[in-house]
Formats: sequence, C-alpha cells, structure tokens
Amino acid sequence: MRDVAIIGVGMTKWGELWEKSLRTIFTETALLAIDDAGVDKIDSMVVGCMSSGLFVGQEHLASLLADDLGRTPVPAARVESACSSGGLALRQGFIEVASGMSDIVLVGGVEKMTDVTGCEATYALGTAADQEYEGYHGLTFPGLYAMMAVAHMHRYGTTREQLAMVAVKNHDNGSRNPLAQFPFKITVDGVLNSVLVADPLRILDCSPITDGAAAVVLCPADMARKLKKPVVRIAGSGQATDTIALASRKDLTWLESTHIAAQKALAMAGRKVDEIDLFEVHDCFTIAEIMVTEALGLVGKGRGGQAVEEGMTARDGRFPVNPSGGLKAKGHPVGATGVAQAVEIVKQLRGQAGDRQIKGARWGLAQNMGGSGGSSVVHVFEAE
Amino acid sequence: MPTPSRYWREIPQRYRMEAGKCKACGFIAFPPRAVCPACGAREFVPAKLADGGKLLTYTIIRVPPQPFEDQAPYAVGIAELDDGVKLTAQVVDCDFADLKVGLRVRLEFRKLSEEGLAGVIYYGYKFVPE
Amino acid sequence: MAGIIGYGAYIPRNRIRVEEIAKVWGADAPSFKKGLMLEEKSVPSPDQDTITMAVEGSKRALKRAGIDPREIGAVYIGSESHPYAVKPSGTVLAEAIGATPAVHTADLEFACKAGTEGMFIALNLVRAGAVKYALAVGADTSQGAPGDALEYSAAAGAAAFLFGKERLVAEILETYSYTTDMPDFWRREYQYYPQHGGRFTGEPAYFAHVTGSARGIMSKAGMKPADFRYVVFHQPNGKFPLRVGEMLGFTKKQIEPGWLVSKLGNTYSGSSPLGLTATLDIAAAGDMILLVSYGSGAGSDSFVIRVTERIDEVRDLAPRTRTLLDTNKVYLEYGVYAKYRRKIRKAG
Repeated sequence: MRDVAIIGVGMTKWGELWEKSLRTIFTETALLAIDDAGVDKIDSMVVGCMSSGLFVGQEHLASLLADDLGRTPVPAARVESACSSGGLALRQGFIEVASGMSDIVLVGGVEKMTDVTGCEATYALGTAADQEYEGYHGLTFPGLYAMMAVAHMHRYGTTREQLAMVAVKNHDNGSRNPLAQFPFKITVDGVLNSVLVADPLRILDCSPITDGAAAVVLCPADMARKLKKPVVRIAGSGQATDTIALASRKDLTWLESTHIAAQKALAMAGRKVDEIDLFEVHDCFTIAEIMVTEALGLVGKGRGGQAVEEGMTARDGRFPVNPSGGLKAKGHPVGATGVAQAVEIVKQLRGQAGDRQIKGARWGLAQNMGGSGGSSVVHVFEAE
Repeated sequence: MPTPSRYWREIPQRYRMEAGKCKACGFIAFPPRAVCPACGAREFVPAKLADGGKLLTYTIIRVPPQPFEDQAPYAVGIAELDDGVKLTAQVVDCDFADLKVGLRVRLEFRKLSEEGLAGVIYYGYKFVPE
Repeated sequence: MAGIIGYGAYIPRNRIRVEEIAKVWGADAPSFKKGLMLEEKSVPSPDQDTITMAVEGSKRALKRAGIDPREIGAVYIGSESHPYAVKPSGTVLAEAIGATPAVHTADLEFACKAGTEGMFIALNLVRAGAVKYALAVGADTSQGAPGDALEYSAAAGAAAFLFGKERLVAEILETYSYTTDMPDFWRREYQYYPQHGGRFTGEPAYFAHVTGSARGIMSKAGMKPADFRYVVFHQPNGKFPLRVGEMLGFTKKQIEPGWLVSKLGNTYSGSSPLGLTATLDIAAAGDMILLVSYGSGAGSDSFVIRVTERIDEVRDLAPRTRTLLDTNKVYLEYGVYAKYRRKIRKAG
C-alpha cells in the first residue's frame, strides 16, 4: 500500500443556500479543492451524499457531478452510509490511491437539504434508521439519540448541563470559523431554555439542517513531496458497522462501531489515541459527542459528561474536540460532513486554521458516524 | 410510510409478534432472519415474543416525521421483554410524567398511522403501562 | 348445547364529562344528566378504532376460553364505525389473533345491534356443527354530530364472545330476533355524522322492538321476568333501559350489573354486549340472564343465557368490565376530544 496525502482542500460557507442548487454547491467547492491542489488531471471521483434522491429527486449523482465539473469521462462513484457518507467517500478515495489503482482522486461530500419541508427532511434523515422497526413506530433521529441520552444519564449520571456544555463549546469554536452556518456563541442557559425536540434534547442540542459541500484532493504522498506541497498524510483508516436498530445494540450507552473503527485507524497509523492533537467528531447531537469521546478512549466509560465539564475537550484542553465548531455550529449537510472534518484537520495540520489553530498540531483524528451508530468511519492524519 | 406490500409482508410480526429462535444458541430474532447474529447458525424455529417487559429508555418526540404530524407529542421507548428481546415502540396511555427507566409495560394492538384519509391504515404494537 | 366459552371487554381510558360538552354548545348539562341519566362517556385515543379494540377484547376472550385460535372457524365484527368502507375489519382481527387462514370472516352492520348479530350467527354456526369455535365482537367508536343530543352519549368500546360446545362458561338456551323496517336513525354513504328522528327513536323504535323481542323470546322459552337473575338491555342513554325494564316487569336490581351507560356512554354495537360481559363478571353458576339488544333500522336480538360453574374459573383470567370502566381514567377537555374525534376541519 502506498502512502496517501491530501494536497488540496475546498469548502464554502454553509447554511441555507437558497440560490444554490446541489450541483452548484458541489462544483464550486470541488473547484476550490482542485485549485488548492494545483492539479490538472483527476483520475477518479468519489462523492458522498446521503440522499439526493429524497431531498432533490436526483440519483445517478456521481455522473451528474463529473459532468458538471467538466471532467467526463472520469470514473465517478457515489457512496452512502447515511451521515458517514463523507467519511466513507474519503476512505474509498484513500483505498484507490493506496492500492495504486488511481493517482489523483477528488473526494467530495455534498447535501442539499432545504428544498423540502422540515417534516420531509426529518423523514429523509429517518431513513438512516430501521424503517420497519424504528421508523414505522414514529422514531426520528433526535428521538433515537434522546433515548441514548436518557439511558446514559440514568446509568452514569450525565446531566442536562453537561450536554449543553458540548453545544456551548462547539459554538465557541464555530464563532471563529467564517465558513460555519452559525458562527456565534451560545450559553448553557440558552440551550436549556430552547424548545424541546425529543426529551431531553432541545433544538440547541441538535445539529441543524444545512446545505453545503466539502472536497479534498488525494494523491500518493511521494507525488505530493515532489510537488513541494505541505504533506498531510492519511495515516490510518478504519470503518465498522453495528446493528442498524438501536434496540438491537448490546449496550444502549456505547458506540461500538466508533470504538472498533478508531482502533483500526490508530493501529494502521501506529498511534495511540492520546498522541492525537485534535479531533473532529460527529456531534449530530450533544449526547453523541459525549459518547464518542468515550468510544475513542479519551475518557473512561460514562465519563464523557464530566470530561466536557472539566474542559478536557475545549480548544485549550487536553483533547481538543471539534475546533471547527463541529456539526452543531458548522452545520451538517449530511454527506459533506465527513469530508469537511478532513478539511479542518488538514488546515490545522498545515498551520492554516487562523484563530482556531491548535498550536503545534501534528496528528489529527476524524470520526464520522451514520445513523444511531450503525456505521463509523475514522481517519488519522499526520503532518509531515 | 410503507406501500401496501411492504406493510402486508410484516403482518406476522406486527400483529402476532412472530419471531425466530436460533436452534443452536437460543437467540431470539425479531423480526426473523436468515443468519443468527449471535452464533452465525442458519436454522431457526418459530417463536412468539413475551407480551410484556420493562423500559430501558424512552423519549417524547415533539418534532414528528411527516406521517406522524398530528400525533406529536408522543412517547417512544425501548423495552426489554421478559424473554430478553429488546423492542422499540411508542408508549401510550401513560402520562409523560410517569415515564421512567424500569417502567413495566405490556404490548397492545393499536393503529400506528394512516396514509391520509383515503389510504391504507397501518396497525401494529405499542407499549402500555402494565 | 352451544354457548359462550370465553368473553372479553375493552374500554379506552379517556373520558369526557357531559358538562364539558354542554359548556361548549351552551346546552343545559343538568337536563342531560337528569333527563338521560348520562354523566360521562368513553373516548377513543386517535390510535384506537373498532379494529384495535376488537383485537384486544378478543385476546381477553381467548384468555378465558383457553383454546387454540387456529381452531376458530368464523370471525365476525359488528360495528357502525368500521375503519374501512370496503376492506373487512374482520380479516385484521382474524390475522391478529392467529385464526387465519382457515376461517370465515364477515363484517356486520345493523346500527347498535351488529354485535349481537354476530353473536347470533356465530352461535348457530357452532350449533350446526359447521365450525368448532366462532368469535363475535361488537365494537364501535361511534360519532355524534357536534352539538347534537347524540354527542353526549356516542362512546367507544368492544366486547368479544367465543362460542363453542365444550367447557361452556354460559349456555345459550334460546334466541329470538324481532325486525321491522324503520327509519329512526341512519347515516348515508359519504356522510360523516348520522341523523335521527328525534323523539321518533323512542316509543315506536327502541321500545317497540325491545319489548317485541323480549316478549317474543320469553313466550318462545316459556319464561317470565322473575325467572331471570339479570337482564341486559341496549343502553342508548340511562333512562331507556330502566324504563323498558319497568314496562316488561323487571326490577332495577336485575338491570343494575349490566347498566354501564351513565359512566360509559352508548358504545353502540358494544352496548348490550358490554352489559353482558359486566354481568358475567359477577354472575354465579346457575344464574339466568336475558340479553336484549337494539339496533336502529330497526331490530332487536335476544338471548336466554344460563351461567355455568366454569364462570368462577375464568372471570379473573382477564380484566373485569367494571375495572376497565372505573379505573385508570383520563378526562379530556372538549378541544382535545374534538381533535381526537376528528371534528376539527383541517386544510387539505
């Protein structure tokens, strides 16, 4: 297997982009990444998108986007694993370059979510759950995570305030991210007084509905070195599945797929988790970030709430989590998120993260998750 | 919500809680499936789920998906039935203030939703406090 | 000898008081309470309908009967609020209890007597040896037009009876039906609420048919009111069953155990059947019960019933009717009631 580097990144401002269609959002973002990479040719494209079919009635997405980029006949594939579609796209691109199958691969993630009503969007997101045994009963994603929160709070004493602190921290980070959907700070009281979505989760515990895209360009690390580009290497990649339905899990308070995917990625990178300088994780809901920090091994089981309360995961903490603002403040255009995590980490490892910069960052980890934990994809990155 | 054929196919599970018990290790699969997730074996015998259990967790859905628009707020939960099977369903006939981890519930036949005023009516199981 | 081998009742937990309805429409609550002897009625939750209540009532009947549902050869639901105009309720019930596929099913309608209609047919199929066991359910989530007199009484409930020839809980000794064509209460296709003939629904309708049926069966059986321990009449309101009982020569004591309407409302096809389940809950071996239903249009089915010793073994295998009626109640305001009963016009 060859070493793989990321030589170009691209992302535009995320939000409710009424004037931009899915293809526009993707193409302008992809062009930024291609220009940043300074490459002419692309050997292959991988696109992560959860549900262009339900959101804008468009399947056959990879072909459409290859066309819109003016790059036909480039081979293009769309991959899907619900909210980890972006991370999965990165992994597929990584495998293509590492295996020698392709040299230069464009990996993009995109989702256009605001062309449907809120109820329709909730339904579309709900297709990541078990349709016949969860969706049929009226479950939603906030509902599934709320049930994890209730179980976590019951077993470990995690508090409502600790959940709110995750959102507050991420907004604090996001307020320094000009591309974030919500670049402003919030307070714990603000979270606790916001409207209930699925008890105990309130609207400010939940990542938003967002339009947006992110893209990176991959190439063999040797090529990157020859091109005299700052080399950020994908040092490890791991992926794992778990039962699709929450009720089928062995432990309702534990994200086993994240745990396994992280172990695999770290093993490939030859690192332990406490050697990582920053983390971009899947805070689709505040409780998710708490459970992810435990599954990654940053803290012991059940201690995720205390960790955020003690500042362990703050920008200046021992394990900075979501310096970009996370899904909460940056936004969550579903298929784009996993790629945007990579974009942030690359910027951080290049020293180009502005006033979000984690000083001396050399190793980064991105954790992207689908559904209620049915899929997890983890990547470890290194600045050479 | 499902098409008539998708709904009809799940009737043995939705109406009668029909499951499959692994011949090799006794794992109960609901719905029935081809491969035992516990031991990998491929032979099952028919089994019916226990009709009661206790809540492991719950929540109150206040922002519903489309087909459930008129029903919000409604409670949902995951219960561990007396035979060890874990099941997701709405919790009804229960004041929200009475919801708690460990609440004993039984299964009752109820209407889940319907396809507008002219479409199919979807039936199935819900949890009711014992 | 054929008869009842199991019975089960289902009553939703929601209630609305007469005063709450009267308040909204500017009506005089006391006159409904005193005049019609109605206090409150049951209201189905939005996720309950004739089918769901029939299923739960039937499961309770199965618990008391202790039989294999695959041996049930016929399933009938009588209702005037079948969820579909075309597509049987009975097939859902038959699937849910595990009686399919070797089973005969039909949906029945005859205003409030569709339940006893099913009982009549189920009993006779068993008597004739055509099936081993047969299930008959009377269930309704009846509607009364907003502000109309019937809104105070139209309620929801289900009663299920399994018939067989062995291990009887109650023998059916005699049946009789009294039927004439009578436009006293009706609902046309595509109409949401029924209409009725006001006072015409009293003497020439309810009273004429109930007395006709009761006198007819007592004459056929060579019996008189004093021969019965209990009598159950159809209960459209609290007054009518007491008055018709008096007219026929029954005492209040005979009527009381099955007289549920003041707290339940009129459950239409479930009305006299639920009165019967409540009576069986407290009856003793050897008791004679007379059941007389009434359905507008119009007709009345009657049954002479003798309780056996087996009642003591089965009555508490499932919840008693009075327990369902008197406990675990939730009172609704009119707005929530109207929302549940889809009386509020929404767009689209």
